[in-house]
Amino acid sequence: MYPRPFHYHRAASLTEAATMLRQLGDDAKLLAGGQSLIPLMKLRLANPSHLIDLNFAPGAAYVKADGGSLRFGALTRHSEIEKSAVAAHIPILLDCAAGIADVQIRNRGTIGGSLAEADPSGDWAVVLLTQTTEINCLSPRGERTVPLGEFISDAFTTVLERDELVREIVVKAPEKGSGGAYLAFKRSAPVYPTASAAVHLVVEGDLCKDAAIVLGCVGLVPVKARAAEEALRGSKVDDKAVNSAIEAVRAVVDPQSDMRGSAEYKRSLAGGLVKRAIAVAARRARGERVEVSHIYA
Amino acid sequence: MPEAFDKVAIQLKVNGKPHSASVEPRLLLVELLREEFNLTGTHVGCDTTYCGACTVLMNGAIVKSCTIFAVQADGAEILTVEGLEKDGALHPIQKAFGESYGLQCGYCTPGLMLSTYQLLNENREPGEMEMRKAIAGNTCRCTGYQNIFKAVRLAAQNMRGA
Repeated sequence: MYPRPFHYHRAASLTEAATMLRQLGDDAKLLAGGQSLIPLMKLRLANPSHLIDLNFAPGAAYVKADGGSLRFGALTRHSEIEKSAVAAHIPILLDCAAGIADVQIRNRGTIGGSLAEADPSGDWAVVLLTQTTEINCLSPRGERTVPLGEFISDAFTTVLERDELVREIVVKAPEKGSGGAYLAFKRSAPVYPTASAAVHLVVEGDLCKDAAIVLGCVGLVPVKARAAEEALRGSKVDDKAVNSAIEAVRAVVDPQSDMRGSAEYKRSLAGGLVKRAIAVAARRARGERVEVSHIYA
Repeated sequence: MPEAFDKVAIQLKVNGKPHSASVEPRLLLVELLREEFNLTGTHVGCDTTYCGACTVLMNGAIVKSCTIFAVQADGAEILTVEGLEKDGALHPIQKAFGESYGLQCGYCTPGLMLSTYQLLNENREPGEMEMRKAIAGNTCRCTGYQNIFKAVRLAAQNMRGA
């Protein structure tokens, strides 16, 4: 299968790519990892006239610890994050990076591309919305920083202007006594999850001081389950609190029936994933090392 | 819209040999390998980024060559299944797949061997879960995978001895 013909432009830097976006207009697309864009182009669902290749821009892929934050270059591949000793300090990031699709796709796909695509079935946005995450965006007018919570505005839609791109993702290191976990349920490795859940808990003694719960694949954008967070906040992480959180998750998600499952099934699955993710997050918050992986059918 | 857009000159190494080509930007890497370089060991299975039959190594990392444009491989080193054999002798991974009956129709085998190659390059003693994750992007519709895992184990064992 071949895409429609297009003009190919190789950007020497992200700044040059932003300038090219402005010059080439609406019919230009950025090529990062290409693991979503190229299949869409082959199916002719996306038909850009100009493709701006970011892969030759030096210095756009990195994971850096910087004070209390981690900084990810937009072009950092999922596999680089999976293998990064720096990123491993935040286990939920490893859950995500090591679980996306398969090795081949993780070797190409990028964190910046995943966030900018804003696919409701994507993994990174769900995980990073449980953390304090900012997106540094670059355009010919300069840079601006957008909190991730304001970055995704709709399915496949972000607040990026048409000549603007993601330069860097900044994730604040979580506070001591906190832990997170991300679980996604997939029918096989290369496909998108049927549903996914990210949970971050701040625990003090027996009590859950704070909670963040975000669901993927069950709405047009990642779903923040505020009532479920409230059910845990200030409470012991016991069966009663967890069950109310699950009820709240099942009430707030809005899944569509498709080939991955019925809406009813996904609603039930989302609750189950949250239950497991809470258990792992609570153990990690207490300093235990727990390995989790995407669950395959 | 014009039929063909400006071709791009690229240079790359395939199985250690330098190649140059002039490619239409939309040419996929798998088509460059198969149609231009006649390296037909890299297969097109699903053509939708799922099955992994088109897996090759690009700068030491496996990629699905149906999901990368040839122009993106400019300056890269590519390893295909044809590059596994050395001086007429099969690579230990190839031998292990044969000895373990790790294939039936063989269509997925080149991709599986290259995924095994990246795994064993990084880790000569992979655990069961690591093996499963390493080849999760390669679909085999014949074998049920058990003999493929035997082959990966045997290859790991032989390469540790080598």
